[in-house]
Amino acid sequence: MKNMKKVISLALTAVLAASMLTGCGGNKADSDTFRIGGIGPTTGGAAIYGTAVMNAAQLAVDEINAAGGVNGYQLALNFQDDEHDAEKSVNAYNTLRDWGAQIILGSVTSAPCIAVAEKTQADNVFQITPSGTAVDCVKYDNAFRVCFSDPTQGVISAQYIKENGLGTKVAVIYDSSDTYSTGIYESFAAEAATLGLEIVATEAFTADTNKDFSVQLQKAKDAGADLLFLPIYYSESALILSQAAQIEYAPVIFSVDGMDGILGVENFDASLAEGVIFLSPFTSTVNAKAEVFSAAYEEKYGEIPNQFAADAYDAVYIIKQALEQGNATPDMSESELCDLLKAAMVEIEFSGTTGNSITWGADGEPTKEPIVIKIVDGVYTIM
Amino acid sequence: MSFIQYLINGISLGSVYALIALGYTMVYGIAKMLNFAHGDVIMVGAFTVYTLCSTLGLPPAVGILVAVVLCTCLGISIEKVAYKPLRKAASPLAVLITAIGVSYLLQNAVLLIFGADTKAFTSVVPIEPIKLADGQISISGETLVTVLVCLVIMVSLILFINKSKVGQAMLAVSEDKGAAQLMGINVNSTIAITFAIGSALAAVAGVLYCSAYPSLTPYTGSMPGIKAFVAAVFGGIGSIPGAFIGGILLGIIETFGKAYISSQLSDAIVFGVLIVVLLVKPSGLLGKNIQEKV
Repeated sequence: MKNMKKVISLALTAVLAASMLTGCGGNKADSDTFRIGGIGPTTGGAAIYGTAVMNAAQLAVDEINAAGGVNGYQLALNFQDDEHDAEKSVNAYNTLRDWGAQIILGSVTSAPCIAVAEKTQADNVFQITPSGTAVDCVKYDNAFRVCFSDPTQGVISAQYIKENGLGTKVAVIYDSSDTYSTGIYESFAAEAATLGLEIVATEAFTADTNKDFSVQLQKAKDAGADLLFLPIYYSESALILSQAAQIEYAPVIFSVDGMDGILGVENFDASLAEGVIFLSPFTSTVNAKAEVFSAAYEEKYGEIPNQFAADAYDAVYIIKQALEQGNATPDMSESELCDLLKAAMVEIEFSGTTGNSITWGADGEPTKEPIVIKIVDGVYTIM
Repeated sequence: MSFIQYLINGISLGSVYALIALGYTMVYGIAKMLNFAHGDVIMVGAFTVYTLCSTLGLPPAVGILVAVVLCTCLGISIEKVAYKPLRKAASPLAVLITAIGVSYLLQNAVLLIFGADTKAFTSVVPIEPIKLADGQISISGETLVTVLVCLVIMVSLILFINKSKVGQAMLAVSEDKGAAQLMGINVNSTIAITFAIGSALAAVAGVLYCSAYPSLTPYTGSMPGIKAFVAAVFGGIGSIPGAFIGGILLGIIETFGKAYISSQLSDAIVFGVLIVVLLVKPSGLLGKNIQEKV
């Protein structure tokens, strides 16, 4: 028994020593490769988002490398799982830095992204998140994003509803336990007040009460709302749609990018979602680049890419364009690269799968036109 | 008019809690342990029916039957593998922790097999909603069936425990395991039967829960599991009618809280009421009723 313990402790010491060595070795980046570190959930409840980002980013990296790389240098991508957990995301970041990552692509989800942003800011590493929508994801000047922020979606939704006269009395059902949903709701309510759009019912639910919406729907119906705004994810929206049908309540349904994917819910009755309108950053048919990307993605991974995949694919090409803009070389330190990319980001104009002529401000927010989708005859249709 | 509709919605939600709480309270009453994996057995039952009926296209009756059999086997094996070896452990906490472990094991196993994507469950209840007062009030078929099934199960459980020989053995085991064994009762098989019944109920609860709220993920069972546990404590844990009343009341309080106070505060209201009830009556609404205690 005693011997056994000794053997184990020796083995553990050896592993520890070895891991330190590899840590040191990794920092010596090859000077002919740009190292991009990706972070996102590839297991756990948010795995579909992280996996999409990982797959699409790899696709973009492979394409760029095959076409001759960036400024004549190759890209390398290392993608680490964070299980949609802030602490694990920071661990993933540390692992990637040990590997020698010079640019961070991620995190995919908001809360982990905010945690990683604290680290990249302290280390002065350039960070671009494909899909972290919370305001704080890009609060530092080294962080940029591809998607719209939560407040932007709320404002755009209110404006679109008002301009197109989709409804006069609005009811909102949002998830008060979720920063994404609350962020959109608050900016929507503020913009609606400025525009004179009447909100007749504001109802909430939480992650613990996200099955039964009968009361919220009944209250919206009783208040005479002719438009229901749902700044939430599609899994709850699917339940809301079926429960609304049960009480024969048929308002115009307006939603945000969280609705994207509702037609992909297995076994879902698509007729329930007929006429639903939502903002989306991406559909596979929105422009030529999106079509090419969708075909390549489908061929490689066997499924149609979602918006997370498109955001990630664009993020890699944005990094490429910014590196070219600044004439970057891989032998630069992370800090030099970060300063160079920060300057390049506000200069470039990017056209990709999620929009044309996208520009960035120093605040890290993209400027682009939203795509409005309506579900007609069971398919996403661009309006 | 909307008051009545809210009441119906509350009963609808509550009947699901009650159905799950019956299984909880049954296992607690006899084995004296909190089976935190109960909610996840519900989820397994629902996934079984989903696979058989929605994917393979078998009739719902077959799906439900297979789900009940599968969950019964699952319940017995969980008890044999995870709980029985710890029954004599010094601290009752050991079994509690194992139960939490089993809960995660089931969730992650299903996550691995079916993935994290939400699935839309097809209702197994073919009854059309009943419309009253010119369609202003509607009672869904799922609500009717759930309440009915709940009542039937409650009455049969009470009869089974008080009238049958096995039921009497359960009562004896719940009061004193050692003495029961001396009287020639096989404690191990009695507890195994308890788990079998509890898990069969979980399968039925899972099917009805997902019929009423048709979305299915590997985490579907955890929240109703906790709510049903609260309902069981509310009604007096160990008491079978208590679980029923506790479940229905919990549903009604939740719905009325959402409707008349604030949908933002609905859970705070539910748990606030729970605290008040437990302060006034620490054993729950029907907790002192030793006659009914199984």
